[in-house]
Amino acid sequence: MLRFALRRMALLVPTLFGLTVLLFFWVRILPGDPARSLLGQRATPEGIAKVNERYGFDQPIWKQYFLYVKALAGGDFGSSIKLHEPVLDAFVNKLPATIEISVAALLFAILLGIPLGYYAGRHIGGWLDTTIVSGSLLGVTIPVFFLALLLKYVFALQLHLLPTQGRQDARMTTDHPTGFYTLDGLLTGNFSAFTDACAHLVLPGLALGTIPLAIIVRITRASVAEVVHEDYVRTAEAKGLLRGTVNRRHIMRNALLPVVTTIGLQLGLLFAGATLTETVFAIDGVGQYLFNAIGVRDYPVLQGFILFIALMYSLINLLVDLSYGLIDPRVRVS
Amino acid sequence: MSGDYLSGRPDEGNTTVVGDTDHDGALLEVNDLSVHFTRHGNKPVHAVDEVTFSVGAGENVALVGESGSGKSVTSLAIMGLLPKRGVEVAGSVAFAGRELIGLDESQMRNLRGAEMAMIFQDPMSSLNPVVPVGKQITEVLRRHRRISKPDSVTESVDLLQRVGIPDPARRVTEYPHQLSGGMRQRVLIAIALACQPRLLIADEPTTALDVTIQAQILELLRELVSGTGTALIMITHDLGVVASLCDRVHVMYSGRIVESNLRHQLFARPRHPYTGGLMESIPRLDQARGLPLTPIPGSPTDTLAWSQGCAFAPRCPNAAGDCKTQTPRLEMSDDRALRCFHPLDTEAARIGAARG
Repeated sequence: MLRFALRRMALLVPTLFGLTVLLFFWVRILPGDPARSLLGQRATPEGIAKVNERYGFDQPIWKQYFLYVKALAGGDFGSSIKLHEPVLDAFVNKLPATIEISVAALLFAILLGIPLGYYAGRHIGGWLDTTIVSGSLLGVTIPVFFLALLLKYVFALQLHLLPTQGRQDARMTTDHPTGFYTLDGLLTGNFSAFTDACAHLVLPGLALGTIPLAIIVRITRASVAEVVHEDYVRTAEAKGLLRGTVNRRHIMRNALLPVVTTIGLQLGLLFAGATLTETVFAIDGVGQYLFNAIGVRDYPVLQGFILFIALMYSLINLLVDLSYGLIDPRVRVS
Repeated sequence: MSGDYLSGRPDEGNTTVVGDTDHDGALLEVNDLSVHFTRHGNKPVHAVDEVTFSVGAGENVALVGESGSGKSVTSLAIMGLLPKRGVEVAGSVAFAGRELIGLDESQMRNLRGAEMAMIFQDPMSSLNPVVPVGKQITEVLRRHRRISKPDSVTESVDLLQRVGIPDPARRVTEYPHQLSGGMRQRVLIAIALACQPRLLIADEPTTALDVTIQAQILELLRELVSGTGTALIMITHDLGVVASLCDRVHVMYSGRIVESNLRHQLFARPRHPYTGGLMESIPRLDQARGLPLTPIPGSPTDTLAWSQGCAFAPRCPNAAGDCKTQTPRLEMSDDRALRCFHPLDTEAARIGAARG
């Protein structure tokens, strides 16, 4: 198990190295350049040359790449051109917000998706199954930004139930030792800060969780429908086990195997794809920072953030593979 | 290994004994059982019709027939394991004097695994791949008997030992994929016999195994059921299996019983042409070498609907005009039953075969 994990980690090195090449040239192929964005419309050629010189953009491109990789090897991910803060610090600062809404979205998707998928899988062709399947189709197809605006309109503007944006009520002054506002509320014993942070997570979580929800429902449904016809389920029934035992131990433990893989993949996607939700709900997370960086062609931020996201995605996939070994003895690596 | 549970310990006996334990009839009485599959929009399929037989306590009975003859469906109907939707079960199945058809689900669950158990055809797929085999044994013990967790583990080790699995203390912690097919079937037998059921149904328990293992598994089954009071229904298409195990044989064709008899008499004098055909297709050591086996012509799908005549008529060497126009009834006499207008005159058939 440990060797497997280490081997996979080692494989990450060439992958990420390849990614640095792709990223480095890709961000520079984008139309526009940082100097022009920085100086605005009235930029003079002298000003642009000065900026380019300062950041080394006047060097030959292979030399720029060489310097970039050399800095990376020394753990230096560069600094934002626009905001002048180190890319790594920025990422670490923005990450908690993104993780919070991603986890909220995934919790919503799992807690609702698995029971719905299970029910639909046990009653294939029934009216509730049909409803669930059509609902999940709607969930996949509805654009996230549209759903986000709709949720804001209904729950925040009309019903005044939930906050519309941000991570915390502006009137609240609290400490943030970890940057995870929910966790901070609990750690500092400030329970109202905790509930406030949770309330701020509800709408983004719903908006962001719809697609994973729909996917989890469909995978669970298909998987359950297949497993209920397995011979070992009949064996379990022949043993006279209680319905709950048959469901949990014999149906769900097997049916959840493909669902776990799906959840892992979804989590990776959520970290990378929360940009729209973060923008609509004004959540100061990774996605929004990245989005702003694209606007000003902030090369170091783009390179750094995408690299970090890729790294997290890979690590989550590794974790999923390892957890797969825990729940399915057949793929356990000895 | 003091585990003597297969011969029934009075102090730890089943707490879920149902029905009238000292009722007069047989342990299991199946009467006019029929199973029809009525899938939405399709013509109903009569998988089983007019099936009547009984099994005495401790008796070994065989249901014999080709694939599709309805023998497995019959056993699933007895166990109450058929799906509820799209299936109509009619007739009567009385177990220890208690009617099982229409019995409510929770009572059925109390019976299954405790009083009646079943072993299935394919040991490779009949064990849960993600649960250790020990757990799959202890869960049935814990479900039906008042037994502590550690005791159930000890007992599962004993059970594995008893079904001939070497190093059982290690095996209980293993997963099905770590065991061979023969071992898995032994585990399934251990699961089925864990609560000392009064009835064990074995649905082609050896078909998926290779020949040497087949013999071992049959021997094990014989050992485990003989003298323990557990009755056995052996479902098979192999008369060779029947010869070594069963007292009484019911031959099924296309969902109905066509011939029933005691084993010795059936083998000595098969009356139904289908029974005769099955016997001719068994390889025998006492026949001259080099003689080809005589297969039954056609396939089980070449049937006539029972409502029109005899389902076997299209493949039957003895078929005459009436076989295709009238439905033969199951004629009972003493120990035997026969559903045929033109049964084999076995003596003549034998002489004819010797001449040819």
